[in-house]
Amino acid sequence: MKDILEIRIHGRGGQGAKTASQFIVEAALDQGKYIKAFPEYGPERRGAPVAAFARISDKPIHTYAPITNPDIVLVIDNTLIGFVDVTKGLTNKGILIVNTCEESSKMKEKTKFKGNVYTVDATNISIKLLGKNLPNISMLGALVKIANNISLESLKNKIKEKFLKKIGEEKTEKTIESLIKGYDEVR
Amino acid sequence: MPEIKALTGDQAVAEAMKQINPDVVPAYPITPQTEIAMTFAKFVADGDVDTEMIRVESEHSAMSACVGASAAGARAMTATSSAGLALMWEIVGVASGLRLPIVMNVVNRALSAPINIHCDHSDSMGCRDLSWIQIYSEDAQEAYEHTILAVRLAENKKVLLPVMVMQDGFITSHSLENVEVLEDSKIKKFIGEYKPHKPLLDIKNPVTYGPLPLQNAYFEMKRQQIDAMENAHKIFLDIGEELSKITKRKYYYFEEYKTKDAKAVIVVLNSTAGTTKAVIDRMRQEGKKVGLLKIRLFRPFPYKEVANALKDIKFAAVLDRSDSFGANAPLYSEIKNSLYDLTKRPKLQNCIFGLGGRDISEDDIEKLFSDLLKGNVSDKVKFIGLNE
Repeated sequence: MKDILEIRIHGRGGQGAKTASQFIVEAALDQGKYIKAFPEYGPERRGAPVAAFARISDKPIHTYAPITNPDIVLVIDNTLIGFVDVTKGLTNKGILIVNTCEESSKMKEKTKFKGNVYTVDATNISIKLLGKNLPNISMLGALVKIANNISLESLKNKIKEKFLKKIGEEKTEKTIESLIKGYDEVR
Repeated sequence: MPEIKALTGDQAVAEAMKQINPDVVPAYPITPQTEIAMTFAKFVADGDVDTEMIRVESEHSAMSACVGASAAGARAMTATSSAGLALMWEIVGVASGLRLPIVMNVVNRALSAPINIHCDHSDSMGCRDLSWIQIYSEDAQEAYEHTILAVRLAENKKVLLPVMVMQDGFITSHSLENVEVLEDSKIKKFIGEYKPHKPLLDIKNPVTYGPLPLQNAYFEMKRQQIDAMENAHKIFLDIGEELSKITKRKYYYFEEYKTKDAKAVIVVLNSTAGTTKAVIDRMRQEGKKVGLLKIRLFRPFPYKEVANALKDIKFAAVLDRSDSFGANAPLYSEIKNSLYDLTKRPKLQNCIFGLGGRDISEDDIEKLFSDLLKGNVSDKVKFIGLNE
């Protein structure tokens, strides 16, 4: 086991890849962990492929090097597969989590990835619960289940803290529900 | 109790400014500094500070407003990057020439042309001879603490010089990380009430700022400025020690990381020091004697202390994130100068890396260390990460 858990999140501008990376590390920080989160800065346009990164560790994290060999990759938008190399730097011990309604075997085929592949229909969850395609929170639910070192509880608290003032109680509850559904339904 | 927060480097600086509660902050947005001014503007709007924030129309005006405010007797701060610092240039020298204790955060970014928003040190290195104290920061925590230290250093009566606090654009300025935010009351006490030195608005004791001294007095005034910079050496340590009592961290001219028995050492500024530490930890486990010298205080430069720190090292690589086009790169030049009086000194390798934000990986640093350990040192500049 490496000292630092390294995560890469692929999405499109506006889908919340950066926000997801920040939420996950902030939840980890609340558990007393050391964290770093940073997005890839380029031309920031809605819909353009973007990536965000996170590091989580029990020890201080000194490095500022780019993450080239992530342990876990999250793909928020599966239409990126095929023209963005989403498995780049992932070893066979790595984990790929994709937002899709398809089976993980299909994703294995599409990505030709030899490691563990998990899927969750985050888009469907968010449309049903929030009436909008906001899959990033459900994806975090899936990530928490698979990564198994950040508590779902601290992520729930983080979402409450971030959203309650902004979107009100009802929508916050729905957002938390989408997190739990992502956690429960990843396979 | 201090509080651990998830903050970016920019937010950490804004947090320091909130605790300092300066009288005047004139600022103009520029990437990647903008988040400092933006976050601080929110503190102003929310009434967390009683700062007069001036939204100026350019950086030249930002520094001009700092100069006016500071001469009048106000505690003034600002922040900028790259082209913003370049546009400020004329007034940057005015601030130090008038001996005004302004504190400015510079979030390092490459200079145009070609235009680029990412990190290198050409902006702050470009004004290393403008008589500003320069402090470089590895991470958000240091940027936060250096900003607090800078206020006291600038305002010390034996110094009275402006201070620039640097951090790496995007790499730390936009990276969310653990920051220990110290107690408001402790920082407030550390900073103290501002008692300006000979302010313009003290109408009972009228003074002149910015007269016209020609051949008769200009030289003498510059000599005083040289002395002030010299004084800053010791006072930096004194104030650092005082801050240590609150933070339990050290503020020496530089940080030596596992250099005691090191055969090969890397000398570098800002965030790359962090990456180097990660590589050192790994290589040390394999028994390789490698270390880091991270320069914190670049102006005034601690020549004697650097010489002492490096005298027993066999090989050292100096990594510059800017060049001096046609001369030795800024950091390399100072390190080499430091070693002149030694009879036994390390062999030096100058490396230029990361211009315009080009990534430097742990593998790049490991390879460099391996070369140094083999005694593979050349008098030619090594360009790390360059495609050629």
